Amino acid sequence: MYLRSPARASTVLSPMLIGAGALALLASALIAFIFFVVLGEAMAALGEIGLWRFLTDASWHPSSGEFNLLPMVAGTGLVAAGAMVLAMPLGLIAAVFVTFYAPSPVATAYLRLIELFAGIPSVLYGLWGLVVLVPIIADLAAPGSSLLAASLVLALMVLPTIALIATMSVRSVPLERIQAARALGFTKASTMVKIVIPSARKGLAVAAILGAGRAVGETMAVMMVAGNIVQVPESIFEPVRTLSANIALEIAYAMDVHRSALFVSALVMIAFVVLATALLEFVTNKQAMPDVHPD
Amino acid sequence: MSTLTSAANPSRGLRWDAWAIVLWIGAGLIMAAFLWVLLDLLGRGLGQISWSFITEAPENAGRAGGIGPILVSTLLILMVCLAIAVPLAVGVAVFLSELLPHRSRLRRIVQISLDALAAVPSVVFGLFGNAFFCIQLGLGFSILSGGLTLACMVLPLLIRTTESSIRAVPQRYRLAATALGMTRSRVILRLVVPLAVPGIVVGTLLALGRAMAETVALVFTSGYVDRMPGSLLDSGRSLSIHVFDLAMNVPGGDANAYGAGVVLIFALLVINGAVLCLAKTWKARSGMAITAAT
Amino acid sequence: MPGKDLESEIRHGHHGGNVMTVAQPCIEPAAHREPERHLWCISDLTVSYGEVIALSSVSLNIKENSVTAVIGPSGCGKSSLLCCLNRLTDFIPGCCVSGRILMHSKDILGGQIDDTRLRKQVGLIFQKPNPFPLSIRRNFELPLREHGIRDRQEIEHIMQSTLEATGLWKEVKDRLNKPAHQLSGGQQQRLCIARALSLRPDALLMDEPCSALDPISSGQVEELVLSLRERYTIVIVTHNLSQARRLGTDVALFWLRDGKGTLVESGPASQVFEAPRDDLTKLYLRGAIA
Ligand SMILES: Nc1ncnc2c1ncn2[C@@H]1O[C@H](COP(=O)(O)OP(=O)(O)OP(=O)(O)O)[C@@H](O)[C@H]1O
Ligand SMILES: [Mg+2]
Repeated sequence: MYLRSPARASTVLSPMLIGAGALALLASALIAFIFFVVLGEAMAALGEIGLWRFLTDASWHPSSGEFNLLPMVAGTGLVAAGAMVLAMPLGLIAAVFVTFYAPSPVATAYLRLIELFAGIPSVLYGLWGLVVLVPIIADLAAPGSSLLAASLVLALMVLPTIALIATMSVRSVPLERIQAARALGFTKASTMVKIVIPSARKGLAVAAILGAGRAVGETMAVMMVAGNIVQVPESIFEPVRTLSANIALEIAYAMDVHRSALFVSALVMIAFVVLATALLEFVTNKQAMPDVHPD
Repeated sequence: MSTLTSAANPSRGLRWDAWAIVLWIGAGLIMAAFLWVLLDLLGRGLGQISWSFITEAPENAGRAGGIGPILVSTLLILMVCLAIAVPLAVGVAVFLSELLPHRSRLRRIVQISLDALAAVPSVVFGLFGNAFFCIQLGLGFSILSGGLTLACMVLPLLIRTTESSIRAVPQRYRLAATALGMTRSRVILRLVVPLAVPGIVVGTLLALGRAMAETVALVFTSGYVDRMPGSLLDSGRSLSIHVFDLAMNVPGGDANAYGAGVVLIFALLVINGAVLCLAKTWKARSGMAITAAT
Repeated sequence: MPGKDLESEIRHGHHGGNVMTVAQPCIEPAAHREPERHLWCISDLTVSYGEVIALSSVSLNIKENSVTAVIGPSGCGKSSLLCCLNRLTDFIPGCCVSGRILMHSKDILGGQIDDTRLRKQVGLIFQKPNPFPLSIRRNFELPLREHGIRDRQEIEHIMQSTLEATGLWKEVKDRLNKPAHQLSGGQQQRLCIARALSLRPDALLMDEPCSALDPISSGQVEELVLSLRERYTIVIVTHNLSQARRLGTDVALFWLRDGKGTLVESGPASQVFEAPRDDLTKLYLRGAIA
C-alpha cells in the first residue's frame, strides 16, 4: 500500500483523489440518507399519532385510526425465530458434514448446490411454499397459511447463507487443534462438540446474525405463505402478518397518516439492522483482521 | 464463494460412527428439501416454456400469453442498475483500496456504513425508492426508479467484490509500474483497475443475480404494468414481480407463474455458471485468484 | 507530461539533449589524472524503516557508464540503496530517507528532478522478474504511452529494437500478443530489462537480477549486462562474488554493523578484489565469513 510518503508535490494527485473520495463519501452517506428519507416520511405519523399509540392501540386498523404495530412485531419475531431455530442446527450439520464427513467430491458438489440455492429468488421459495407446502399443512390444520409455513419457507431461504458461513468458520479451525484432541483420545463426536464448534463460535455467531437479519427483512416469500392476518398467533398453525409484509400489502393504497405509519414500521426495521450491524462489528471486531496484500 | 469449494477437503482419518450416520441423514434431508423446491419448479414450469412464451405479451392478466415485455422491462431495470452501480462501486473501491491508508478512520467509517447498507432489508429500500425516486424526484413508477433503487441495494456487494479484486493485484506490479515512471493515478487507471477487471466482472455478475432475484423493492418503484415499456420513464414489471403477481393475485395463474419462474432460474443458472467459468479461466490466465465476497 | 521534449530525447537516443551538458564531476578526485564523471554522488545517506536503520551515513560516488557491483550480506541495505536512487522509497510504507543524492548535479531527494522523470531515466530491475500479467506488447505499450509515445509504429519499432538488444526478439517475435508471464523466468527477466531500456534510460539498477534464474538464463542476463555497460550506468546488486568479479568495473561492499547497514569499502573492481583495504573485505572475499 502507498502510505505516508515523504514525496512532495508530484505525488499529490488531486483530481482522482477528490473524485474517488467524493464517490466514497456519497456511498457511505447513502445509509444515512435512506434513514433520513424514511424518517422524514415517518414524521407525520410520529407527530400525529405519537410513539406510544403504536404500542397501545387496540389493533392495526389504519382506516379506523388504530395503529398498533405490536402484532406485526410479534409476527416478525416469531417467524424469524422459528426459521432460525430450524436453520442454525441444519446449517451447522451441513458445515460439519462437508468439512469432516463427506468425501471430497461430494463436499464440493454439495457446496456448489448450496451456493446455487443461496441465489434462488425468494419469490420462488414463496411459490413453492404457496403451491406445495401450504396445502400439506392445511391437511394437518386449516388454513395452511401460517406461522409454521412461513418459518419453514424462511428456514429454507436462510439456510444456504448460514451453511456457507458456518462451513467457512468450521474449516478455519486449525487442524492441529483437532489432531491434538484426537490424540488425547476424544471421540470424533466429542471433538466436534468440545473443540470444533467452540473454536468456530465467532463465525457461527456471524452466521446467526446475518441469517437473522435476512429472516427479519424477508418479505415476499413470507407474505405468500403466512396468511397475513393481523394477530398474535396462539399456535403455529395460525396465520400471522410480519412488519415487512404489512408494508408490502398496504403501501399501494395507503394515504397520509396511514402511509406515514408504514414508514414508522420501516424505522423499526432499520433500528433492528443498526443493532445487528453493531453486534456484528462487536463479534468480528474487524480491527484485528490483517490487511491481506498477496504478492 | 468459489474459494470455499476449491479448498481441499481434509477427510482427517475419521471413522464411521453414530454421528456420521446422523450427519449423512441430516445433510441428505437438507439437500432433499432444496431439490424438492427445484424439481417441483422445473417439473411444473418446463412444460410452459416455448418460443411464444418467451416473446409474446401476457394476456388475460398473465394466465395466457407469454412474458416478452416483462423480459424487456427486467433487462432495462438491470441495465439501469448496473450502469449506475458499477462505475460508482469502482470509484469507491479505488478510493478505499488504493488511495486511503489502510488503517485510517475514514476507511473504517465507510466500511461500517456499507456493512449497514448491506443489511438493510429490501422492503426498506423499496419504501426509500418510492419516497425519494418516485415521488420526490418525480420519476414516478418507472424503470428508472426501479433501477436506481436496485443500484443502491447492490452497491455494498459490488464495492466489496471490486475492492477485494483490486487488493488481489500484487503489489509488485504497482512497484514495477512506478519504477517505469508511471504516476500513481496512471498506475491505478491503466494497470491496477484493468488487472482487477475479472474480479469486477464476477462481482457484477453476482450483483446481477441479486438484482434479478429482487421483488419487493421493485413493487413500489418500477410498478406492476405488464405492457412493453416505451421509455425508461414507463412503469415496467420485472420477472420476479410477475411470478409473485400470478401466484398471489391471479387465480389460475400458477402455470404461467411456474413458467416465468423457470426462466428466472435459468437466467440465474447461466449467471452462476458464468461466474464459475470466468473465475477459473482468469485464475489460470493471470495466476491471480478471483476473490468474491459471499 | 512534457511530451515533446521527452519524445525527441527518446528518438535521438539516450544522452541526447541537454541531459549530458549538466553532467559534471561533482567531487574533484584529488589524485586522478583525468576527472571522472559521476552519475550519482551520494552523501550521508540514511534510510530507516521505523526502528530499523537499513543504511547509515553512506557516501558513495557512482561512475557514469560503468558497472558498479554492490555486494554484502543479506539485510545490509543494498536494495534500499537502489530504491533511493530512483526514489521508489516514496512508495514504501514507513520508509524514511535523509541525506543528499546528486544526479547530474541535481538533488533528487530534494525534488529538483520530477520523480516520474527520474524513474524514466533510471530503470529498475527487480529480483523476481515481474512483467505485467498482460501481453508482451502491452508490457511495452503501457510505459511508452505514459511517456507520451502514442504512435503505433514507433512503439513497435522501440519494442523490436530493445527486444533485439536483449536477445529476445527471435524467441518472442511470434508471440507478442501472448501473456508475458508464460515466458520462462530468464526470458521474463530479459523482457523486464528490455522494457526498462525501451524508455531510453541513462542508468539501470538491478537488484539481484539472476537470483531467481537457472545458470543458463543468468549467463544470458550477464552477457546482456556486459553488452550494455558501454552505454549505460549500471548498478547491480549480487550475492554472487564471481558474478561481481565478471561484471563489475567498480565494487561497493556493504556490511551490517550494530544492526545498521554501512558502506565498508568501494573502489574500482581490480583494487577491491586484488588489494582490499579493509580487513572485513578481505575476509568476505575469501569466503571466510558469510
Ligand atoms: N518495507 C520494509 N519495511 C520495514 N523494514 C524493511 C523494509 N524493507 C527492508 N527493511 C529492512 O531494512 C533492512 C535492509 O533491507 P534491504 O532489503 O535493503 O537489504 P538487502 O541488503 O537488499 O538484503 P537482501 O540481500 O536479503 O536482499 C533489513 O533489515 C530489512 O528488514
Ligand atoms: Mg535485497
